[in-house]
Amino acid sequence: MQAPRTHHAPLTAARSASLLGDFMSGTFSKSMARNVFYGGTAFFVLLFLALTFDTQGALPKRDNRDKLTPAVAAGKKIWEVNNCIGCHTLLGEGAYFAPELGNVYKRRGPDFIKAWIQNQPTKVPGRRQMPQFNLTDKQLDDLVQFLKYTSEIDTNNWPPNIEG
Amino acid sequence: MQYKSQAVAKPYFIAAIGLFVGQILFGLIMGLQYVIGDFLFPAIPFNIARMVHTNLLIVWLLFGFMGAAYYMIPEESETELHSPGLALALFWIFLIAGALTIVGYLLLPYARLAELTGNDILATMGREFLEQPLITKVGIVIVALGFLYNVSLTVLKGRKTSISLILMLGLWGLAVFFLFSFYNPENLVKDKFYWWWVVHLWVEGVWELILGALLAFVLIKVTGVDREVIEKWLYVIITLTLITGIVGTGHHYFWIGTPGYWQWWGSIFSALEPIPFFAMTIFAFNMVNRRRRDHPNRAATLWALGTGVMSFLGAGVWGFLHTLAPVNYYTHGTQITAAHGHMAFYGAYVMVVLTIISYAMPVLRGRAANSNRAQVVEMWSFWLMTISMVFITLFLTAAGILQVWLQRFSSTPQPFMVVQEQISMFYWMREVTGVIFLLGLAIYVASFFMKGEAAASVSTTSGRGEIGTQTA
Repeated sequence: MQAPRTHHAPLTAARSASLLGDFMSGTFSKSMARNVFYGGTAFFVLLFLALTFDTQGALPKRDNRDKLTPAVAAGKKIWEVNNCIGCHTLLGEGAYFAPELGNVYKRRGPDFIKAWIQNQPTKVPGRRQMPQFNLTDKQLDDLVQFLKYTSEIDTNNWPPNIEG
Repeated sequence: MQYKSQAVAKPYFIAAIGLFVGQILFGLIMGLQYVIGDFLFPAIPFNIARMVHTNLLIVWLLFGFMGAAYYMIPEESETELHSPGLALALFWIFLIAGALTIVGYLLLPYARLAELTGNDILATMGREFLEQPLITKVGIVIVALGFLYNVSLTVLKGRKTSISLILMLGLWGLAVFFLFSFYNPENLVKDKFYWWWVVHLWVEGVWELILGALLAFVLIKVTGVDREVIEKWLYVIITLTLITGIVGTGHHYFWIGTPGYWQWWGSIFSALEPIPFFAMTIFAFNMVNRRRRDHPNRAATLWALGTGVMSFLGAGVWGFLHTLAPVNYYTHGTQITAAHGHMAFYGAYVMVVLTIISYAMPVLRGRAANSNRAQVVEMWSFWLMTISMVFITLFLTAAGILQVWLQRFSSTPQPFMVVQEQISMFYWMREVTGVIFLLGLAIYVASFFMKGEAAASVSTTSGRGEIGTQTA
């Protein structure tokens, strides 16, 4: 646990130059580095904003917004206030403790989903447990509508197969 | 300590370490729930434990960043902090609000908490890492504004260094991008798109400016290398960070409903994201090798070098591993992501906060460095925690590769839970390694209570290592 040994050689331009060539030598000053930072950052911020603008225009054909009914919106809120993302992934984002649900509508269908949620927890000893959220029939329907809408988003064919 | 008002950093650092301990305890609970599924159910379901684990991480890192700023800004600006009283008031507000939020998570059903805290006025909850109730989010903004007001005025009235400017840029960016947490459209694709403006543009954007500034500050102090050289490096590193990291956000836009061209933009730019981390590693080692003094705080130097190496491995190498779209198609949302997340957060942000704490805490306690005995104990904790994290990452990576193979890549894909049972051995190994991490953390905390004679200037150099000597 000793610190590395000391080099007593004085700091010279030649020593710096041996590191990364002229780039880091004395000819490349701090104020030049600062200008490159501001210029480079500004350029890439603008590029990112341009791509974002283009994406906003492309989304209507991909994000299934035609099917975004009040029931879907209500279902999304039920998804959120029960913190489903704390165990599951949705389009691959979330926690990795429980199955992907972006395509669960296609994998299991609406009736299975509702019955599954109603019958939790399984109380099988040692098995991962899902809480009982006491959702009403309407809430279950809304949640299923949200999962149906999600499963129809154009995700560039992700996930690779139905198991998610 | 050169300025009296730097003392306000101390409670921030202590709170950060306390919350860090809490984070690790909840991590161990979750790790056990991965293999004993009904452990602590229904008292602490997995989703609650995870929320506590990740939210404590974010909050203690924010405490660390704020403490670092309160310590560094007066010294960099060569003037007292604008208002130490405000800094202390905000400390208590942030700590109490944070504690109440965690208690709320643990004692109330999440849906009930949402109902009680105004989620019906503006729905922002229930999204990964942004689970905080609306009132907590508003509280974070208020604390951040008060904090930024305080440090910004201090910078404005004093000496303006590149380190303090870059730190301020990072901290202002942190606050500005957090505002996107209030935007939660009904359209799931847009929700996810802008959610990343908080998460990605924090950890692969503005937080890296904070990281660079903290590391540069400590390196100036412990190596005595000329500020001009260190600040030039810092500019080069953060330039590389932002020109790769901003468009690199695209690596999150592969499979969430966004256009296919993001697979090109995201893959190419995020494949370059290891470069700034590599530069940071070279930077840290190069500055330590050229040092003009042997600072008696060898533990702080070790943490600084460790940050360079581990951030490159965790954020750089493990990020690159699954960032190319054709690879990510199979690895997205698996244990590979978890492996990367653990080593990247530890290597970059945990370690840099521990670096500044290691350097600043002895000074705040009235000495240049801790006793040799305390430093040896601290260095033991460094190795225990760091090596544990390497193994946690390796075990999660192994679990992830098997998961991808069995569930995604195979010609006969198996269901999620069937696969989870087959890879449980790696989860057990991760949990055991996690216990060793906790042991390392306990030793880390113990190092603050070690007595012994304060380490004086180390005798290996020819009298050039005097503390407080800026010139060499």
